[in-house]
Amino acid sequence: MDFEDTVEEAEFRAEALAWLKENAEPKSADHTLAVRRSDPTLVPKSREWQAKKFEGGFSGIWMPREYGGRGGTRLQQIIFNQEEAKFAIPPGIFNISHGMAVPTLMTYATEAQKQELIPATLRGDEIWCQLFSEPGAGSDLAGLRTRAERDGDEWVINGQKIWTSGAHYADRAILVTRSDPNVPKHKGLTYFFLDMKTPGIEVRPIRQVSGYSGFNEVFLTDVRIPDSQRLGEVGEGWQVAITTLMNERVASGERPEPNFNEIFALAQQMETEDGPAIEDKAVRDRLAKWYVQTRGLELIRMRTLTAMARGERPGPENSIGKLVSSFKRQDISQFGMDLMDMGGIMQDAETMPMASLFQNAYLESPGSRIAAGTDETMRNILAERVLGLPRDVRTDKDQPFNELRAGTLGRDN
Amino acid sequence: MNFEFSDEQRLLRDQARRFLDDNAPPSAARAILDDDETSFDRELWDAIAELGWTGVIIPEEYGGAGMIREDLCVIAEELGRSLAPTPFASSVYLVTEALLIAGSEDQKQEFLPQLADGTLIGAFAMAEGPGVPTAERIRTEFSDGLVTGVKTPILDGDIADTAVVVAKEDGERLSLVLVDLNGDGVTRRNVETVDPTRSHAEITFDGASGQRLGGLGEGASLVERVFDRAAVYLAFEQVGGAQASLDMAVEYSKNRFAFGRAIGSFQAIKHKLVNIYVDLELARGNAYYGAWAVTNDAPDLPIAAAAARVAASEAFNHASRENIQTHGGMGFTWEFDCHMYYRRSKLLSLLLGSERRWTDRLITTLERRNVA
Repeated sequence: MDFEDTVEEAEFRAEALAWLKENAEPKSADHTLAVRRSDPTLVPKSREWQAKKFEGGFSGIWMPREYGGRGGTRLQQIIFNQEEAKFAIPPGIFNISHGMAVPTLMTYATEAQKQELIPATLRGDEIWCQLFSEPGAGSDLAGLRTRAERDGDEWVINGQKIWTSGAHYADRAILVTRSDPNVPKHKGLTYFFLDMKTPGIEVRPIRQVSGYSGFNEVFLTDVRIPDSQRLGEVGEGWQVAITTLMNERVASGERPEPNFNEIFALAQQMETEDGPAIEDKAVRDRLAKWYVQTRGLELIRMRTLTAMARGERPGPENSIGKLVSSFKRQDISQFGMDLMDMGGIMQDAETMPMASLFQNAYLESPGSRIAAGTDETMRNILAERVLGLPRDVRTDKDQPFNELRAGTLGRDN
Repeated sequence: MNFEFSDEQRLLRDQARRFLDDNAPPSAARAILDDDETSFDRELWDAIAELGWTGVIIPEEYGGAGMIREDLCVIAEELGRSLAPTPFASSVYLVTEALLIAGSEDQKQEFLPQLADGTLIGAFAMAEGPGVPTAERIRTEFSDGLVTGVKTPILDGDIADTAVVVAKEDGERLSLVLVDLNGDGVTRRNVETVDPTRSHAEITFDGASGQRLGGLGEGASLVERVFDRAAVYLAFEQVGGAQASLDMAVEYSKNRFAFGRAIGSFQAIKHKLVNIYVDLELARGNAYYGAWAVTNDAPDLPIAAAAARVAASEAFNHASRENIQTHGGMGFTWEFDCHMYYRRSKLLSLLLGSERRWTDRLITTLERRNVA
């Protein structure tokens, strides 16, 4: 066991750090992001940062060189991410593009499509969104009903998607549709990619709890997609979607701040009736739990990397990171506000500790326990795929899709 | 970077698991539980000593195997899984480490070879009844080479040959003292505990002769150093025990049918078991870091040890408690093994002081690092 960098790893880390120092501002307590998600300059500033990374050789570090990557290792990607996390950079609007679209394209796209799309995506020129969830198909994604009907060399798409992060600025999308409603739900799906400027796409932002609109409803009306933009076989869209979703869960590791370090610092700043909050035993107890979770997740991730370095595939155990860190962020944000006592209700970047980080997270964090697999879905995945517990009884497994009840609509086919 | 045990260590783990499956199944712990006259499995202890486990971290010059502390962690996890009823924790994690840390050359030569081959059993005598044994509250005294006072409950105190006693010397200062438990001025009686698979004693020292281990007044800091190391090994035992409890619960819930289906297909059971699994994996991560820190005597050891202990105590407590719940009424019977893990989890979580104290220590060590 060795928790220190090897010589090569240390060299790469030094190179990454030197480049970051040259190109980004170090993070401080009051300055954790280069641009907030709600800022109108979010997209251009994010693209600018991504292009810089691409030119510097730090985008798609473990992607092959022929597709614009660095041709490095996943471990180098993690090392870069660790160093990058020390800097105030834009929030991750490329997570879906790089963490989901690119791995799916790598597996299913033609060589020409890979050449066209992957380097442009790694450079930040192409931003992707994910047209998966629907009003009647969330955790039960395979219950989706957006129709794809074949018309010669094209497919005609009609339906509605929802919770689509970044659809309002995305250039491209990955899309799962129902191509055959007469067979059981997992068997009648087909997967495509498309240009978001294709006629017939209408994007309507949804305002979320935090007041910001990060995700959208997307209406698809007679949208025509060439058959060449199909990924995987007709009727095998579920398998392709699983590839995407497994990568999603690897991609969505630790949540943004506040984490242990921020609540630890806050507990040192805030005064209770008996001196600094950190001297209170009850506060120390909570801090210790969060430290153990935060450090435990880092170490689980390191073990996963070691397994990958040995050639093993990342498995469903990665769901732990998403499950634990989403709840932890919510829990920490609530406790941070408690430490501010009566004043904790204020959400004012000018006067509040860490520019209202805890208040912002209080309102943002419920979403991360739902997006990319709810806490409950993650627990089902871990129970069935890791612990090997029997699958839940499924009454819909063998029934044709058009006879099923789904969402809040009941039987209305 | 490499965050896994090596192939050789995995091999050691497989060997240890096979040996303990054959020689220390839960029935071995049950035999001690059901027999009021027997304190530990002597045959198993001799076999473990024969394998060299008792001397894993003792340098070859003192008759040990001179392996690294990570290797001991590998063995500890398997011992925790099996509930092996032996004085391993007292002798190896506590007394051997105390001698390695604080022993003079003479003391090392006198004690380590016998600890290595298992002929000498050690016990660590700190507690003096209910309540935190602080320097102010410890009443046992060491003066003019003699120890006077009452220590209880002392794990393996009834069977040990030598004890490391935490005693007051020169007023309020604490020192460690080595005492021959078979000598004059020592009386012992067994005390009942919630985990009778491991014996405990009350030891009365009435002017028993002892020799100081380490410097005068260094007791408190030596206890911290010994406990940091022991905390890592015990974290591995706790991880092993938690894994065994989880495995039992998973297995039972796959084979117990109610309402026409395996109870493991109900989300109420699934999610409960996943919560245990998550705590266990977080504990395992922290324990692995502890293994690295204790092996390399890293400056981070106090933080790593406290984090490993807090996480692993919680994981084993959680797993053993909910294992009983998953088994329903059967889990609450003497006949099923669930209660042996439940008993052991409490013993391990109190042995080095309660979780409450370790959470506090974790934050204290983090504050120190931030200041440094």
